[in-house]
Order: sequence, then C-alpha cells, then structure tokens
Amino acid sequence: MKASAGGYARAESVRHALDLLAGSEGQGRVLAGGQSLVAAMNMRLSVGDLLVDISKISELSGVAVEGDILRIGALTRHAQVGADAQIKTHAPLLTAAVSHIAHAAIRNRGTIGGALAHADPAAEFPACALALGATMHAEGPSGTRGIAADEFFEDVFTTSLSEDEILTSITMPIAEQGEVQILEEVARRSGDYALVGLCLIKRAVGHRIAVFSVGPRPILATNAMAALDQGDVDAAVEALSNEIDPPSDTQASSAYRRHLAGVLLRRAVCRMKGETA
Amino acid sequence: MTEVFRDKVDVSLTVNGEPVEARVPAGQHMIDFLRMELGLTGAHASCEHGVCGACTIRVDGDAVRGCLMLAAQADGTDVWTVEGLTDAAAVSDLQDAFITRNALQCGFCTPGMLVAAEELLSKGGVPSRGEIREHLSGNYCRCTGYEAIVDAVESVALNRAGKGVA
Amino acid sequence: MTIPFNNPDRPNSYIGRTVPRPNATKLVQGRGRYVDDIVLPRMLHVAFSRSPVAHAKIGAIDLDEAKAVKGVVRIFTGADLAEVCTPWVAVLAHLKGLKSPPEHPLAVDRACWVGEPVVAVVANTRAAAEEAASLVVVDYEELPAVTDTMTALDKDTPVIHPELGDNLAFRRLHEEGDVDAAFKTAHKVVSAHFRTARHTGVTLEPRSILVDWNPAEGQMTAYHATQAPHMMQTVFAKHLDIPESRVRVICGDVGGSYGIKVHVYPDEVATAAIAKVMGRPVKFIADRLESFSTDIHARDHEIEAKIAVDVDGKILAIDVDDWTGIGPYSVYPRTSAIEGNQVVNLCGGPYDFANYRAQTTVVFQNKTPTCQYRAVGHPIAVAITEGLVDMAAAAIGMDPVEIRRRNMYADDAYPVTSPAKMKFEGLSHHASMDKLIEMIDYDALRADQAEARKQGKYRGIGIASFIELTNPSPFMYGIGGARISAQDGCTVRMDPDGSVVALSGVTEQGQGTEAMLSQVVAEGVGVKPSNVRVITGDTQVTPYGGGTWASRGAGIGGEAALQAARALRDSILEVAAAMLQAEAGKLDIRDGQIVDLESGEERMPLEELGRIVYFRGDTLPKDLPRELVQTRHFITMDYPFAFTNGVQASYLEVDTDTGVVTLLKHWCVEDCGRVINPQLVDEQIRGGIVQGLGGALYEEIHYDEDGQLLNGSMADYLVPMAAEMPDMVVAHVETPTKESELGAKGAGEAGTAGAPAAVMNAINDALRPLGAQVAAMPFTPERILRALGKIND
Repeated sequence: MKASAGGYARAESVRHALDLLAGSEGQGRVLAGGQSLVAAMNMRLSVGDLLVDISKISELSGVAVEGDILRIGALTRHAQVGADAQIKTHAPLLTAAVSHIAHAAIRNRGTIGGALAHADPAAEFPACALALGATMHAEGPSGTRGIAADEFFEDVFTTSLSEDEILTSITMPIAEQGEVQILEEVARRSGDYALVGLCLIKRAVGHRIAVFSVGPRPILATNAMAALDQGDVDAAVEALSNEIDPPSDTQASSAYRRHLAGVLLRRAVCRMKGETA
Repeated sequence: MTEVFRDKVDVSLTVNGEPVEARVPAGQHMIDFLRMELGLTGAHASCEHGVCGACTIRVDGDAVRGCLMLAAQADGTDVWTVEGLTDAAAVSDLQDAFITRNALQCGFCTPGMLVAAEELLSKGGVPSRGEIREHLSGNYCRCTGYEAIVDAVESVALNRAGKGVA
Repeated sequence: MTIPFNNPDRPNSYIGRTVPRPNATKLVQGRGRYVDDIVLPRMLHVAFSRSPVAHAKIGAIDLDEAKAVKGVVRIFTGADLAEVCTPWVAVLAHLKGLKSPPEHPLAVDRACWVGEPVVAVVANTRAAAEEAASLVVVDYEELPAVTDTMTALDKDTPVIHPELGDNLAFRRLHEEGDVDAAFKTAHKVVSAHFRTARHTGVTLEPRSILVDWNPAEGQMTAYHATQAPHMMQTVFAKHLDIPESRVRVICGDVGGSYGIKVHVYPDEVATAAIAKVMGRPVKFIADRLESFSTDIHARDHEIEAKIAVDVDGKILAIDVDDWTGIGPYSVYPRTSAIEGNQVVNLCGGPYDFANYRAQTTVVFQNKTPTCQYRAVGHPIAVAITEGLVDMAAAAIGMDPVEIRRRNMYADDAYPVTSPAKMKFEGLSHHASMDKLIEMIDYDALRADQAEARKQGKYRGIGIASFIELTNPSPFMYGIGGARISAQDGCTVRMDPDGSVVALSGVTEQGQGTEAMLSQVVAEGVGVKPSNVRVITGDTQVTPYGGGTWASRGAGIGGEAALQAARALRDSILEVAAAMLQAEAGKLDIRDGQIVDLESGEERMPLEELGRIVYFRGDTLPKDLPRELVQTRHFITMDYPFAFTNGVQASYLEVDTDTGVVTLLKHWCVEDCGRVINPQLVDEQIRGGIVQGLGGALYEEIHYDEDGQLLNGSMADYLVPMAAEMPDMVVAHVETPTKESELGAKGAGEAGTAGAPAAVMNAINDALRPLGAQVAAMPFTPERILRALGKIND
C-alpha cells in the first residue's frame, strides 16, 4: 500500500525538531531511520502523520566514553553500533544484539534511538537497555531529562517520552572488570523478531536478567536475578517462569514462550560459567 | 496545520551518478520515486514493509530498503540502482556469475539481491557459505531455493580474491 | 527418425546440455519488463475496497467521501460491473457432483471472505485510489461465518450458499480391493492424523494486470502476469462479451507464479471490465496484504489415514480420509476440487499393493478460496503415504529404506495401473533409490546419527519416495468442459539472415522455458541456440496453447517445438537441395550451415539460402515449396498423464530443548525422462524443494474463528530465507516417455512434492528414541516440544 503522510519537514537541529513537533498540533511523528515507521505508514497503520525528519541532525549520532559512562547518540545506526569498538569493549551486549536485529539493509538505516522509542516488546535494544541499567536522555520544550530504562518502557510501542520530546541519546555504565554480558534468543528465522530473548549480565554486585517478547514490554526478572545471585539456577528458572506472562500469537503460545525463557536462561548461565571459568 | 510541513518536498540528489532535482509527495518511498518519476524500474516494490528485499538499493554506499526510505529523505544522497551499477560495470562479474550459475529464475528479486550481495563482497575476503547465507537472509527469493545464489556469490568472492577456479 | 540424444558427439547436440538462458542477462541488469513497469498514455489505477468481514450481507454503499478524494475518476460497485460482466461458475463435468455458486468480479449481495473485492475505485494514481478506497463506507450486515473444515457439514453449521443445499462442494470415494478384510487380517496396522497447513504462493511480483480497451478497434489488450494467456483470452472474451479474436493477452516477464497466476481472479476481471467501460488503460497491482488475502490459498487438509502391512513389511492396504476447506467459491476455471482429487489419485503412488480406499471431502468455508498451487495435492499425498510407510517400518522394526524396496513397483513392471487407477508408462523407483542411497552414503549417515546421539544431539534421516503428475492430457480439464488447452503449439521460421524465430504457446515464468525451447529448436533445425529467438506470451502472435502448468512446458511445448524445428529443417533442406542440385537426404544443417551429411563438408550458409529465398526467389524452380516456416502442435494421447518419480532424503537436527529444527542437508534423485537442460532441471528441483521445506517448517496461514486473516504480511507468514536453507544434492535417472520424440516429462513440481514428507520423516526419525512423533505441518518449534511432552498447559 501507499503511505498517506500529512506532511514532512526536515529538522536542522534538535531545537528545530522540537519547534516542529510543538507546531504539529499533536500530529507530529519523529522520523529517524524509518525502518519501523515507514513500514507502518506503507501498511496504512499510521495515516496523516506530520513527519519531523531528524535523520540529518549530525549531533545526535556517535559514540563516546565519558568517564565510566558510555554514551550512544540516538541516531547511531544499528550497523554502527555493531561495528563500534568502544561499544564492543564497554557494552558487548549491544554488539551481540545487533547481529539479531533484522538484516543488513535494515541495520544500515535503523537507529538505536528509533528502536528504543518504538519500544517493540520483541526487539532486542529495549531489553538490552533494561539489562544494562541504561538511561534514556530526552529533550523537550522545557529542557532535558534522563529516564531510567525501567521507567522508560511502559507498554506495547509505548514509552514515557512525551509527544513533544525527542530521544537524544542513551547512556549506560561501562562494563566493569570481569563483567559478563550475554544475549540468547530463539527466532523462527535469522533476523525475525525473537520468539523469546534474554539478556544476562553478571556484575560484582549481582546478576541482571532482562527478557523480551514475553509481555507488552521488556521485563527485568528480579526474582530470577535474586535466585541466580544465590547460585540456584533451578530456582532462577522457576522464578523467571513465574514473573512473566507471555502472550500467545500465530508464532508461539504463552506456554511455549514461558518454557523457552527457562531454556534460554539455562543456556545463558552455561555460557556465563564457560566464559568466566 | 503549520506551513512548515509540506505535502510536496523538494529534493536534490544524485542518482546513478547524475544529478536529479524533484518535488516528491511527502509519503512517497524511494522505490516509487525511482520507478515512477525516474523510470528506473530495475528495483521492485514487492512487500512494501521492508521484509522481502526486492527494493534493495545503494544509498550513500550502504544497501538499504528502498521501500523504507522516503524520497523526501533522499535530499543530498548518492543513490545507485541496478541500472547505474550495470552502466558503470560495477557488478559485472557478479551479474555474469548469476547468469552462469542460473542464480535467478523470475528475476524479480535479482536487482535487490545483487545490491545486497555486492555489499558483502565489497568488504573483501572470502565469506563462508554460512556468512553469505546470513548476509542475504533479508532478501527473499521464491524461485531458486538460494543455493545457486550462494554459489554465484561465493565464486565471485573467490575470483576477486584471486582464488577462483580458472 | 529418432534423434540419438544420448550421443554427445552428434551434430547440434544441444538437447541434454546446459546452455545459458537467453533472457537472464536483461533480468540481472534490471531490464526486465514486468506488468508494473509498463506505463500507457491516459493510464488509470484501480484499488479495491474489500470485505473486512468473513461473511456479510452487503447493504448501502456510501461513496461520497471516496469520490471527494483528489484524483478519483470513477467508482464501481458490484451491481455496476454485473451489467457488463457475466458471472462464472467453476465446476467440471468429470468431477461428479462438484458444485459452486456464480461468482461476480465484485461481490453483489454478499461478501463471503475477508478480502473479497466489493467496490473498485479508479483514480489517476494508486495512492489516490487507495486513499479513496479506504473512505468507501459499506454497510455490512454480518452473517455467521463458517471457518472450520471438519464441522462444515454438521447439521448446526450454517449453510454458506443456501441455494446449494449444504456446504459440501465435492466428495469422491475411490475403493479398490477389499480394504476392510486386509486391515482385519493384517500383521500390523498403523494409523495417523496428518495436517497440512493453508499455504499461499507469495510470488515476489504481486498479481499484476494492465488492461487497455481500444473502442475504435473493438480490441482489448491485457498485459497480464499470467501462466495461461490463451485461457485468459477466452475468459475475458466470454465474460465481457468480446469476440475472442479481439482479445489480446500479452504476458511479458512474470515475477514468479507457482500456480498462483493460472487462475481467474475477480479483481483482475473487474480491472478488464472497468477498462472496457472507461475506454482507458487501467492497471491493478496487488499490494502485499491483498496478495495474502486474495491470491489463492492451498493445502489446507486434515487427513485420517492408516496402513496395513504383513510380517515382511509388504503393504496390504492403505485407507485415507481426506478433508479440505476451499473457501466460499470453487476457483474458475480449474475448480477447487482438483487438489482433493489429486490426494485420492496419488496416495500410495510408488507402491505395488492391492487394497486401497481414499475419500476426499471438499467443503465451503468463509476464507480465501483455495486452488491449484505448485505440486497440487502431491505434498499432501506424499506426506500421508511416506509418513505411514515410515511409521509401519518402525512398528515392525524394519529399516525405512528396506520397507520401500520391498513395496515399490519393480523397474521392469511397466506399464502398470495403480490401485488408484493411475497408469504408469515407465518409472524407476528402485534405480532412483539405489542412486540416492549411494549418494547420501546411507550407512555413513546412520553412523553419524549414532555418533551425534552419543553427544546428546538428535539427528534424523528422512526418506520420501514420490510420483509426480506431468504432461497432462485433456483428461485433466478438457473433458470436464473447461477451455483449458492441453495441447500446445510452436511455429518455427527462418528469417533472411539465417536466424530462427520460435513462437510457442507455453510461457516463461522464470523456469527457463525460453532457454529450453531455444536449445530444442537449435538442435532440431541445426543452428546455435544463440541464433534462435524465442517468443512466448502473446495470444496474437503465438500458436494456441495451454501455457505453463502441471509441469507441461518441456514435455508438451518442447515436443511441439522439436517437431516444428525438424519440419523447418526438412523445408530448408528441400530448398537447399534444389539450389545445390543435391538430394535433400544427403544434406544436413549444422551450426547454421548446409553441409554434406556424410562428410560434413560445408556447402552453403543458411544466410545465403535466406538471401535467395527472400530476395531472389525468381532463381528457384517455380513449383518449389519455399515456406521457411512450420507449425506443429502436440498433445499426449496414450496416457492421461506422464508420471515421473523420484526420492528425496533429508538430514536434520532437532533441538529438543527449543524444538528448533536445523536442516543439515537435502538430496533428491528424480526421473523426469529426458533432461533437456541439466542446470535448469536441477534448479527447478532445488527451488521446488525449498518451497516444500517452507511448508514443512514455516508456512501457515492463520485465521481466527470469525474468519479474520491473522498473518497477512511477509513478517508474519514465514517463507524460507537463505540462512536456514540447506545445500541440496540433485541427481537424475532418465526414463524418457515414449509418447514423444523428445522423451521429456515435467520437473517443476518434484521438489515440492517430496520435501515435506522427507523432513517429517527425518524429524520423526530423530524423535523416535524419545517416543515422540509429529504429523501436523508446519513442524514449528512449539509443535515439536508438544510432541515431546515438554509443554503442559
């Protein structure tokens, strides 16, 4: 089908983009890499949007280490995230995630900020952000604010960003010495959305587990984390099973997803032990 | 609605090495623009939701989905389609390999497949068959079953690396 | 005279060789010409407002908002088009009892499936037409939807078409021998419930048509992505009241067909009707959602089946109860009863056994209509048969290869008639199996499987023998009254420069038809294939023919081309003999030269002969025939169909924690008779296998209970992609058909026929030590884990 956009404007700067959004009377949609938005427009799932194209704002792209914080610009493309040496060193979970995201041509256009703001519950980056304890940085008419990942993702395709805000960057603590970051997922085919995915991080203070494609948003499995901190994998699997309520769809039932989450946790733990052994 | 949002957008870009200036509908994707406005019918619209890869074109050096990029976003870009790549003889060895190996049947996926494959080949080295399959996993072909395509891409990689069978 | 095709040293030896496809170069350069690439002056676009509900009475239609959209030119309702287009009824006389109601290009009173076209909006861009179509307001008064096949005939299920009495479209029971007695006394009886999912073809090029009506000439020209241009010519002429001679169907490059583009679609006929009413070119290109909801579906079967074997593994009886739901209409003109009928015809196909019972029950439902799709019925019949045979082998502790060898028709048993009453002229089950076993190194593979199991990996080997129906005679459709041509023709002519043009009624969909024809004609005349220009897909130009379906292009179209080419050779030699004052019988044509048959000495290039015939005909004897053009038509007469056979093997690994299946390798040995172009045949097999693998592992159209399509996008209906597909080894046994000089049978569907069964058997082979078995396709990770008892809810 053919998209029916209400209008288009190219933002020259974040300030300009915010002004455009402010003037859109609620019809504004931020267009970055477009890999989800344009697809939705082409299916007429999104009609009449006033598109604010931020993709040319160079200040929103790039990777930097600021002390013990890693900052990734919202417009940094998936392919750049996957190839970036600093990310590979300081947040290898994101590097691992990229290879699971769709296909090369999508990764060449899609942006990390777009993926986070789109908040697809089956996508990798939101779960990674949650597992890493990342902070989303937004800019709006009244200034900037940081939003912790566990407060950012609210529901299916829904975040705590206001309509007049733009996600500008994501920050996260750089991986500590000996930190392990693992991503496990099962998809029907390479590049498909995960049936279930799981991020496992081991830090000195304890484990962090985020699961995706098991609910309306990625979930931090705190009970499973606690069990794993105790070194009880069986209890962690049991806890994980109890703290998710996965949906059923044409690809898999809730019960299958619940089972799979446990399998992925066991596999991630095995890899973690293998890597730390 | 404010006037700053346009339903027709002026763009200035380079397509297959030639400058193009156009006024495009706000919602028009690159493939419709290339096909309908410029008569470049090599790349195809097939699923129009970014899954099949038949619309794969090269923008600023990267293989991208033509259906997931608005023409309005193409301002200032350098766009290459199969027509331009052919004229520039940029992928002639790959095209020859596709013909020799019969790595195409209906040919509808082929222009996109070539752009995707060339992106992998341009990185140099000889990718494994698994890597070739993985790289092409976003380009759908219903006819060939993919093996002939993998063979063709592999043979070009070997030849470019000087390891080809004479 | 028979050409000694097996002698590679013969002159002009192009049949049996891999020669390049003449049309491949333009396709790799992006210079193909598909329907959507064609733009005509004053062209308009049509988009359809389609039923959002599975079953509803159509009430008031409000077009006001739609008409207000900029660019909209005209809007048509079902009632509007009913005035200019007669409805069709898709039945065939030889499928006794088959019934279906009249179908219109746009629904008139009732909408019967989600996606049925109801209103057509014509505008100067597709975007405007779509925008307006979305604003059409139709008052749908919902009716109860029938969606479940197995309860469609129950008393309390509503009848979709009350005038037909019930929801039964067709039922056929075939019985041979004493089935009940055989089951009663058998050593072992094994039964299973099989399920094949609803599929669709997912051609990369969506359905496409551009129709131009020229009122000044009273001529309709349809640029159509179709497999059967002449059939469509007849359909447009008949239902739009145009003389057949005034309808021209042009089929250029087609972006994949697989059976999807051989049917009559209401929206395409509507496009033609609108073009005629408006006197302007009108284009319809389906979008992907329309493809999923309106391209024909197929393979939606549920089967209860059982097999009886004796203590030695001999098959005593097979009993099959097949059910399929076909949507609300039988599809025109091939009908939607053929697939079920094929299941009855093909079950048990490779095996010599006596007692056979099969029934198919074909019911109406409120879903997208189903019809013939690549390998019609074969994947279902092969899955039933080969699944049962493997289960029987396991039950009596016999190797799956051994049980097949004990039951397959002996290679010298032919001709033979099967219990399903299929006539086999000559097959090679044992030779093919021997070749396969050698190719896969069966013992080594079993050793690898055992080794893997020691490491906790569950690998499986699956074997599936099959037969494939090709080269159909009029027994398939013609005898039922359909104007679907089983014969095909080819005109071959020599032009002044000595080059040859071949015009054929079979069509190119990418499978390599034109390459095949070029080499057959090249060999038949005596020129290089590069000097043969092949023209297909234009009803105004080519001889009348059936087009591309049921793997008939090489066997029927190829034979017509060979005969025409050889006739042209004779004509050329007659002229040459007069010019050279030699005996025609002592001359030959090789590489475009007239030569002495014995010595090979060059006497004259064809170019010179052409110069004389076309420009200095005055120098030839007055009564010398000088028509350097010959046409031949070919039809099979001795057998209703030319059956082929083959056997496939799959090796795979099942992850018993996740249920994910990894395909490790796939093999196929098949016998399509004469192999004209080895590369093209191999690639048909490979492409076909992968389509079958899709059905085995991924493809399934989902509906909810109300008849809503749940996965109408390429992100949700999963097709095979490169990363998961295996490398495939393909080999051949050649048993040429004696019905033609060429000896070719079809090869287009063998891969699809056998692959799902091979995968099913391999999965079950892997799972057998765990006591699990699957028989419902696709074999999703979840279905496998449920079979393993790992999910309990």
